[in-house]
Amino acid sequence: MIEQWFPNVNWEKMWEATYETLYMTSISVVITFILGILLGLLLFLTSKGQLWENKVVYGVTAVIVNVFRSIPFIILIVLLIPFTKAIMDTIIGENAALPALIIGAAPFYARMVEIALREIDKGVIEAARAMGSSTWTIISKVLIPESLPALVSGLTVTAIALVGYTAMAGVIGAGGLGNLAFLDGFQRSRNDVTIMATIVILIIVFIIQFVGDTAVRKLDKR
Amino acid sequence: MKPGNRLLKKRCQITRSSLFREMRERKREKRLSVIMTVRLFLWKGSDPVIFIEQAKKIFQTKNGPVKAVDNINLSIQEGEIFGMIGYSGAGKSTLIRMLNGLETPTEGSVTVAGRKISTIKGSELRKARQEIGMIFQHFNLLWSRTVRENIAFPLEIAGVKKAERDKRVNELIELVGLEGRGDSYPSQLSGGQKQRVGIARALANNPKVLLCDEATSALDPQTTDSILELLVDINERLGLTIVLITHEMHVIRKICHRVAVMENGNIVELGPVLDVFRRPEQPITKRFVQQVTEPEESKETIQHLLAEHPDGKIVKLTFVGVSAEQPVVTELIRSFNVGVNILQGKISQTQNGAYGTLYVQITGDAGEVAKAVAFLDAQQVDSEVIEYD
Repeated sequence: MIEQWFPNVNWEKMWEATYETLYMTSISVVITFILGILLGLLLFLTSKGQLWENKVVYGVTAVIVNVFRSIPFIILIVLLIPFTKAIMDTIIGENAALPALIIGAAPFYARMVEIALREIDKGVIEAARAMGSSTWTIISKVLIPESLPALVSGLTVTAIALVGYTAMAGVIGAGGLGNLAFLDGFQRSRNDVTIMATIVILIIVFIIQFVGDTAVRKLDKR
Repeated sequence: MKPGNRLLKKRCQITRSSLFREMRERKREKRLSVIMTVRLFLWKGSDPVIFIEQAKKIFQTKNGPVKAVDNINLSIQEGEIFGMIGYSGAGKSTLIRMLNGLETPTEGSVTVAGRKISTIKGSELRKARQEIGMIFQHFNLLWSRTVRENIAFPLEIAGVKKAERDKRVNELIELVGLEGRGDSYPSQLSGGQKQRVGIARALANNPKVLLCDEATSALDPQTTDSILELLVDINERLGLTIVLITHEMHVIRKICHRVAVMENGNIVELGPVLDVFRRPEQPITKRFVQQVTEPEESKETIQHLLAEHPDGKIVKLTFVGVSAEQPVVTELIRSFNVGVNILQGKISQTQNGAYGTLYVQITGDAGEVAKAVAFLDAQQVDSEVIEYD
């Protein structure tokens, strides 16, 4: 029956594209998570009234984050072509999409990290200081564990946005389901291919959302 | 030998058996030391553990500089429960935070347990903080950790090994009476239980001083009392110095040995709790004392009584310490040919002894009444004849 509804779908190609999408998404999620946490911590700690309060560092970081967060992703990819070429030595394929994906998503996630950290009760940080914690202890044993549910739900949102970004990256030759839907589906007028690619993307998004929600529920002891 | 000091030496290791031994010893000592005022004398002789010299704290705000703490000199003895009372904005919160370096004084110095908190920094300050426990109004527990893990947190910071940590956590859970709740999360506990976790956490590294920042202000009266009892218990068992800030005179009355009344960044009155209760000098102190001794409606009632009973005299008797336990009224009736009508009374227990007020109406022959009043004056009782106004 599936063959009947989707006569033009080449399943081997579909699997390959799915794999590419998952590859781009997972690698960029991992790196975005790390970079976003670092940037978010920097934003939080240098903001007013915090441990490393520093107007200059905060201001510069905030401007960089805002600029990269504001550039539409499709334009960001084009703008980053020289940079991508310099560090990845290619502008085609899944790996070529990674710099743009990470640079597009990390500032977005950093803001969510900052918001999550702001939600932490100031008193808890004060208590940790009163016990003689170093800044590193406060980061690793108070800030991160206490904001973990918010960090994970933010990551869920970011990961889903990244799936969307990979589809856009696909259009300019990064491979993946977006690429398949555009070249094989849209340009050759094979609607069934476009629809199948969409269904697969939806399934990926639903799975990410489900895993994220479950993790948050498990982590949140409030 | 000072009882406080003897207990002090055993502070470092509390094991179950030594706790029981200490409790037995304490009971014996209680029998020996008949009056609590003796204790007042005792810690006057021991060493100060906290020194504050000419401490000032000025905050720069948009509306210009604000003096939160203005030239405070204070020393607190080892084993003492010291209370600071004041309304919000009096500077007590800033002052208590100077004791563990959460605030640094703009001028002056703060020394706690031999370390100059106001000047040390970095790892030295962190080390010093491990010897100063602190509990908070809103408990400030980590919700992501269980009770056990919360109590273990300061031990992790101090680099205590896992096995030792577990052992110590068990002792502390027992000490604060949270047996069986070790694996609960803070969200599953009541306010009082949360504060018990806070206390256990603050005591984990065997601190020399415990700071209490409005520790009972978020609790209901009954829970407040149970937490205060726990604090007194810990003070007696471990000889721990406790510094607390509050806006409730009830807390001061119940557990403190000495009290400082703060207003506009200054200590306006300072002394043993009972003395301050007996002779409050500043208007603000009088207001705080009234919180405990006289219910709001007291004044109205007295006026009403004066109008109702124009004959005889209405006398307010203030009993302090030992006199509160003497049968003054009985003697009054036996010795003089007067009628005594008890109108209203209240007695409160403080750490240094009892404090009470009693309103009586004395009727009879004018001469006899005058003699009776003179007799009361001669007793260790403050008496005050209340006139109609």
